[in-house]
This record gives sequence, structure tokens and C-alpha cells, in this order.
Amino acid sequence: MQKFNTIVSSFVPIAIEDIDTDQIIPARFLKATTREGFGNNLFRDWRYDNQNNPKPDFPLNQERYSGEILVGGKNFGCGSSREHAAWAIADYGFKVVVSSFFADIFKNNALNNGLLPVQVSDAFLQKLFAASNKDTTAKVRVDLIQQEIELVETGETETFDISAYKKECLVNGFDDIDYLLNSRAEIEAFEAMRI
Amino acid sequence: MSQKTLFDKIWDAHVVKSIEGGPDVLYIDCHFIHEVTSPQAFAGLDRRGITVARPKQTVATADHNVPTLNQHLPIKDMLSRFQVDTLTENCQKHGVELYGLDHPYQGIVHVIGPELGVTQPGMTIVCGDSHTSTHGAFGNIAFGIGTSEVEMVLATQCIMQGKPKRMRINIEGELEKGVVSKDIVLYVLSKITTSGATGHFIEFAGSAIRSLSMEARMTICNMSIEMGARGGLIAPDQTTFDYIQGREFAPQGAEFDTAVERWKKLYSDEDAVFDKEYIFDAADIEPMVTYGTNPGMGIKITENVPSLQSVEPESHVSFKKSLAYMDLQPEESLLDKEVNYVFIGSCTNSRIEDLRMVADIVRGQKKADNVHAFIVPGSKQVEKQAKEEGLDVIFEAAGFELRQAGCSACLGMNDDKIPKGEYCVSTSNRNFEGRQGPGARTILASPLTAAATAIRGKITDVRELLGVVRG
Ligand code: SF4
Repeated sequence: MQKFNTIVSSFVPIAIEDIDTDQIIPARFLKATTREGFGNNLFRDWRYDNQNNPKPDFPLNQERYSGEILVGGKNFGCGSSREHAAWAIADYGFKVVVSSFFADIFKNNALNNGLLPVQVSDAFLQKLFAASNKDTTAKVRVDLIQQEIELVETGETETFDISAYKKECLVNGFDDIDYLLNSRAEIEAFEAMRI
Repeated sequence: MSQKTLFDKIWDAHVVKSIEGGPDVLYIDCHFIHEVTSPQAFAGLDRRGITVARPKQTVATADHNVPTLNQHLPIKDMLSRFQVDTLTENCQKHGVELYGLDHPYQGIVHVIGPELGVTQPGMTIVCGDSHTSTHGAFGNIAFGIGTSEVEMVLATQCIMQGKPKRMRINIEGELEKGVVSKDIVLYVLSKITTSGATGHFIEFAGSAIRSLSMEARMTICNMSIEMGARGGLIAPDQTTFDYIQGREFAPQGAEFDTAVERWKKLYSDEDAVFDKEYIFDAADIEPMVTYGTNPGMGIKITENVPSLQSVEPESHVSFKKSLAYMDLQPEESLLDKEVNYVFIGSCTNSRIEDLRMVADIVRGQKKADNVHAFIVPGSKQVEKQAKEEGLDVIFEAAGFELRQAGCSACLGMNDDKIPKGEYCVSTSNRNFEGRQGPGARTILASPLTAAATAIRGKITDVRELLGVVRG
């Protein structure tokens, strides 16, 4: 996994609540057996019409929006457990997703792929949307070590939660499976104890 | 000794170790896999040069991508076939039991686990599929995981998981005739919304839950994930034990009796504390339908779509977007709305009891001409039993098509899709945009409401067909 550093970037706002993983990556694109290439179909049915023409009003199709940060409405990533949603967002080039609320499984999946979910207050989220309405190149700084997010233009900041363990993993590029494989002796002892 | 919830009892018994400031290493008793979310996990094992640690604790089936007609023929869609073949190869290579298309036990993963007696009380169960919560109906901790976590379980039989908070939802009293467990769960969802239980594990309790069959309990736990919960569970009781007894992989004979003694200890202590608790009155529940594009957007069938004023201002954009997608108006009634598709199936409502419920409504009746009505059994065993009971004859006479086992039109991934712009009354669990196919408009409901709607060709209050007089 890639190591995570501080990011300063403009962001792409999708001001819709309850964005479910079926929108992030529709089921018909889940037939691949590798992790790559899902970015092409990120938000497929919101991004393209049924003739495969880009829909001009969707933020990902608007040149004025760009950056490594995706900002979505409340309850982001609800629905299916498909990790493909996190793969699609990361594959598209995002490193951070900001929302005022994340679905649990999505949050785990994101963290397991080096994609940082940053949960902010409703008020802060609305400020982000308002800032990008005014200036689509408005920038956000996300500092994982300090657990801090800043709207650069105004200097407003908020702190966010992440478990100390997960932070360590992201900063160092470790993943859980390495940790578990190193714990094999303890797992076997646990099994032996239960029999 | 401090009082514990059922959830805590099971969780704590499976913690290999706790990491400070981090998650627990949780031991997994039973792991289900299917073709869609497992290939990348097996590829990960290959990359690391390791094999499945405990192959006997993983069970595989093919369900999402399979056709529901002519299952004896090779799968036509090349990508789907490749995914199913990849599962077969991976299972062979790693010694994992696979109930593939040619096996009499094949079916939707959350239907076959309980039906085979693999799912038992007190266990930890995971699967790369959010509706793994279904298994919690047996009093275990069951939840969906992502593919990276599937890889962890394959590699080590453990995952890393923060302990969720505890919630209890009590449903007290008696249900009216025509109101079933699907209505209970859609009702609760309409009250607490799709994020109401995020971060929690739900225990469902109360006299109305106690009186439900195992099939009906599974429907409720199945949709606990739609509330944002990691999962839902119900304390096991005699109904649970009776269901399990005699099933293929359940403990047999004296071993079963010992197991039951153990399972009887699985309940929340009287003074156990929940982080959040709700009580609902069963008598207030009516047949439910959804009008929007998430499962929390539900109303009693006699109510109208909410007005814009009744929705929180910051939700107006999403509310309007969702009504535009559904082509519905605020304050509109759904009763008598014409519907051309009725889908009865999915891991929510495709068990034998669901099919019997439908048969009771359609026996001697004929579906409306405008409706395509199809019934997709959750497993090959359900299909077989339905035929043994003669349900297939009833369905055929009524013009309903009985298909073969699979996820079918629940998710628009296989051949079964609802055409763009069409309404479908569906017994599945998600009404997201495009869930049943691009542009499809899903209205979630119980099998009774779906069957009644197919007969009338428009959204129907099943209580009218049942002769229940309403005040
Ligand atoms: S029936 Fe639907 S919800 Fe259930 S496992 Fe299959 S696709 Fe998922």
C-alpha cells in the first residue's frame, strides 16, 4: 500500500446525500477478477447517459472541478459491501473522501486501500460545498498526522477521528493482512484453547 | 459480574487479541464466499505465495452472476462465466467446498447457509456481501466484509475489526393479518433511516419478533444492514433449535443436545446496557412500500409520499432527485399505481415460506395481463421443495414464472433486469437508482404485497384480498 502524506488539493463536490455503492460502481461492472480499471466506471450512470455520452451537469465531467479529494453528502458509501467502490474511487485518482457521515463497511474498505475517509461536521461540509460554489478551485489541506482538515482560503480547520492503529498503517503503508500474518502463532494458540 | 448483551458475549468469545487504540483481531468460525467478491482475494493469496489457512471453514457458491433459466447450459455472458469459472478453480486449488451451478445445494449464499445447517448460534460469520447480516437471525454475529477482509479470512481465519456499539430494537405486540416481517423491517427503516444504526450492531427483540418463524426472522436481520448497522441478531430459542435440528451440517444426536445446552446461554442479560434502544408497537405496522431510492424511504401503503415541507431542508436536493428518478410527486398515493413487473426473490424473501405465502394469495387467481411476474427461489433446495409441494402448479396456473436459483433481478448484474423506466414491485432489499437495471424503478414490498399487486396489475393493499376490514 502507498504511504499517505499531507495533501493539499482542490476538490470535486458531489452534494448528494446517501450516495450508495451501487451509484459509485454499478453491479454490472463488478465482473472483473482484478482490482484495476474500475475508475473508468466510477459513478457510471450519473456520469454517462445510455448512449455513453458524458452528462455535462455531473461534476466529474466538468473541467472546472479537479483534484485528489472527493467531497460527498451525508451517509456516503451506504449499501453494498463491494470493495470495488473504494477501488473505483482510488483508481480514478482520489486519495481522500470527505463527508459528514460514512457507512461502516465503506469506511473499512477505503482504509484498506489507502483511501482516507475524513468525517467532518455537517456545518464544515456545507462550508466546503459553499466554497466550491464560489470558487471551483478552492483548496483543502488534509493532514493525517495532525488529523486536521483545513479549507485553505479561509483557514478554517476541523479535526477528524481515525484509530491510532489505522493511522499508523496509512502513514507507513502497512496493511492489516501483514499484521494478521505476523500474528499467526497467537491465532493458532486461540484455536487450540477453544477446542 | 457485569451484565452483558448477547452481542458482547459472542464478540468477546472470539477476540484473539485487542490492539490498543485500534481494532480487535476477531476469529471467524464460518466464512462464505461467492464469485463476485472473492477473485481478487484469492489473487492476493497467490501473490503472497500462501494458501487458505482453514479451508474447511469456508463454503462457496455461485449466485450473483448466474442465469436463472437453463442453468444446465454454459453461462452465455463471457465475463460472468469467467468469474464463475475462476471461483471453481480457486476452490479446487485451495480445497474449499463449492456448491456450484451443477450442485443440488447451490443458491444465494444467505439462503443456503441456514438451510444446510452451517449457520448456527454463537458463531462469528462473515462473507464478502453486505447481507451476511441475514445469518444473525440464528443468534450469531454475522456481517459483510470487503474483499481485502475476505483475503484476511482466507489467509488467517481472522479479521481486524473495531467493536461496534449495541442497539436494541423491540417490536412488541401482535401483527395484523396481511402484515409480515418484511413490513416490520421496512417500517423500522422508515422510522430510523438508512443511517440510523450506523456504527451499531442491532439486537431485535420483543414479543412480535419472538413469534416469528426463522424465515421471517432472517428477512429482518437481512435488512438490518440497510439501517447502516454492521448486522442484526436475534437471541436463539426453541424456534431456532427446531429449525436447525436434522439439517445436513448441524450437530447430530447427542452432540445436538449438547449444542442446544450451550446455545440456551445466548441471550442478553436482564440489566445489560445498550447504547441505543427503540420500542415499536406491532399494531402500528401496516403493509409497507417504498417510494424513493433508498430503503428508508418507505410509507404505509395507505399513506401518501411525504410533502416537500416534511423533509429536512438539507435533504431537499436528494428527495427531489429521488422522486424525479421514480417519476413520483410529493403527496401522491401509490395505491392503484399501475406496475408491469413483479419480482419475488432475493436473499430477503426467497425461502420456502415466502413462496408458500405467495401461493396462498395467487391460488386459483390469475395475474393481470400487463404484469410480468417472476419468482426466483433462493436455492435449488427451495425450488425442489416448492415443486414437491405443488407450488409450481399454482404459480403456473396463475401466470407466474418460476425460475432457477440465484440473485436474479435483485441487482442487475446477470441477465435478469427490469427495463428502463418500468416500475417493479420487488421483494428484494434495495431500491437504489439502477439497482435492478439502468433506469429501473424499484418499489420494495413484502411477498404478500408483491403477489397481490401482480394479481391486480396495480399496487394493492393485500388486506383487501384477504378480506381484512380496515377502520
Ligand atoms: S439476493 Fe441480492 S442482496 Fe442478496 S446476496 Fe444476492 S445480490 Fe446481494
